[in-house]
Amino acid sequence: MGSRQLAKQQPQSFAFSASGEKQVKYWLKKYPKTKQRSAVIPMLWIAQKDNDGWLPEVAMRVIGDRLDMAYIRVLEVATFYTMFNLAPVGKHLIQVCGTTPCMLRGSGDLIKICQSRIGSAGTVSDDGLFSWTEVECLGACVNAPMVQISNAKGDHYYEDLDEVSMNSLLDELASGKAAMPGSRVDRQASAPIGESLTLIDKSLFDGSKAKKLKSIPNAPSKPKASKPKTAKKKTATKKTTTKRSAK
Amino acid sequence: MLADKDRIFTNLYGREDWRLPSAKKRGAWNGTGDFLNYGPDWIVDQIKSSGLRGRGGAGFPTGLKWSFMPKEVGTRPHYLVVNADESEPGTCKDRDMMRHDPHLLLEGCLIAAFAMCAHACYIYLRGEYVFERQRLQAAIDEAYADGLIGKNACGSGWDFDVFVHHGAGAYICGEETALLESLEGKKGQPRLKPPFPANAGLYGCPTTVNNVESIAVTGTILRRGAAWFSSFGRPGNVGTKVYCISGHVNKPCNVEETMSIPLKELIETHAGGVIGGWENLKAVIPGGSSVPCLPRDICDTVLMDFDALAEHKSGLGTAGVIVMDQSTDMVQAITRLAYFYKHESCGQCTPCREGTGWMWRVLTRMCAGKAEMSEIDLLLNVSQQIEGHTICALGDAAAWPVQGLIRHFRHEIEDKINNYRVGKNIHQVAAE
Repeated sequence: MGSRQLAKQQPQSFAFSASGEKQVKYWLKKYPKTKQRSAVIPMLWIAQKDNDGWLPEVAMRVIGDRLDMAYIRVLEVATFYTMFNLAPVGKHLIQVCGTTPCMLRGSGDLIKICQSRIGSAGTVSDDGLFSWTEVECLGACVNAPMVQISNAKGDHYYEDLDEVSMNSLLDELASGKAAMPGSRVDRQASAPIGESLTLIDKSLFDGSKAKKLKSIPNAPSKPKASKPKTAKKKTATKKTTTKRSAK
Repeated sequence: MLADKDRIFTNLYGREDWRLPSAKKRGAWNGTGDFLNYGPDWIVDQIKSSGLRGRGGAGFPTGLKWSFMPKEVGTRPHYLVVNADESEPGTCKDRDMMRHDPHLLLEGCLIAAFAMCAHACYIYLRGEYVFERQRLQAAIDEAYADGLIGKNACGSGWDFDVFVHHGAGAYICGEETALLESLEGKKGQPRLKPPFPANAGLYGCPTTVNNVESIAVTGTILRRGAAWFSSFGRPGNVGTKVYCISGHVNKPCNVEETMSIPLKELIETHAGGVIGGWENLKAVIPGGSSVPCLPRDICDTVLMDFDALAEHKSGLGTAGVIVMDQSTDMVQAITRLAYFYKHESCGQCTPCREGTGWMWRVLTRMCAGKAEMSEIDLLLNVSQQIEGHTICALGDAAAWPVQGLIRHFRHEIEDKINNYRVGKNIHQVAAE
């Protein structure tokens, strides 16, 4: 992992926004009461969203206090995961996938465009609109080359790009237009361009698959052959524990 | 070609609606309650006899993995964790399942969790899949509202909760124990095994981690029968599989096909062939970036399954097929992968932490030809010192592409070194 340092200039305070706070409460409910620390990544992500797309140190402290975690443990997480931006970013953060499948299809051209229009990786453009970075495989390889753009509207994938569509994408963003996410060529998601060879049988979609199954293959003659055994009673719990310790 | 009627992911491309009514129309959640009534042992037996092998890369038999969980729930709850941290370069199949067919995944979660006596399931998505996360959560909300999951899921008497969790950009979290660490709110660094997750996984409780595709196919396997599923492919390599075909092909795409389909047929039928024709093919990485590449003569005949690719010292991995034509600089292509592994090494084991960076630096010099011939063997030697000497498989995954490069394209490295030296006298070369 590369070196990931905190920004030199740090704000003095951080508090979750009202909607951020609501999200935090939602996430905390997902984990057992004694395991609230599990929420640290989602909370750091919410904090980043609440702070114009980057994560100040004081937010890590706030989260550490909330989760009863040592600050260093939060810092450790924030510096380990590369989606946490530790310094200010542009209003639109362009993340260009540069890994081999995208490289083979021209991500190098997209990187050159970013360099010439925005500047070197990691720097914010003078108008504050853009910053860019090269990232590792974003998992949209059959729609290569592609970028993910994070801004106030979300984190969307823009796929099947080339020099022309990358330039026009940046133009759209610069002019404040809503840029449509997804493929920039005429295709449906990950389907091949052109005529479909697969998933054209209409009987897949006419509801015939929803009819009650006539028979279930290999169904046992006696249903309810076994039920999951949950030790809900105290005696049962004791039994299993003793069994295990006896081993 | 696999017939449409035998496809599991009938909305792979999102042409139809992903929501519950439409998903039910396509067959999702049909008969799920009955499966549960037959009991967990029946489910595990069906999955075992279907021959399903894990779709996340390692190909471990799924039914067998499920049977490792304790048969009775003791003092510690059981967990099912779904690995949706799809980040193997060349792979983008789980994404389509989550955004276009989320109910197949949720149905599979209930079946698998019930079979392993788990009341709770966490689905761990990679952080970048923000849209997929929202979509999946919306599908979960629908399933709760319809009584398919939650209290008395599908009328089975079994309570079952599904929670979506996410990472924040770390390839290593696709390794199951690193994923569990991350889910517990820590750095994603793999754990030493044993203990295996089935004994001590999430929060120290019995846990099974399965790939999205492995879980999402289970409902259809039970509906159509184990024999149906195992009728595709060769023995030991059965079923259908979603392949991702990227790189230098005319129509890159995801497609569901039978296991053991010839690689050439897969590329020519579904991806519109190699750019410039099959003769223009240089190499294919058949199973995501971690497996060694194969030159064209092997690609002519090789079958896409675990055993056939292993015979050629490669692997099926995640079935992310990366195609490279004659215009590809193989050294450059593999160097970029070496950079990926250097970037993604978690830094826990020295051979990987130091070795991935070392290999990348040497390969970068080789790209420009600024290397000694003897360094090719040294590179091979170092890659073998990384392989097998780390806690998790990332070390192996970093070493294999480099070994594949040297095995099949050693001449390209040699040419670069020779070309660099042409016209320079020995002092000039030595001075660098």
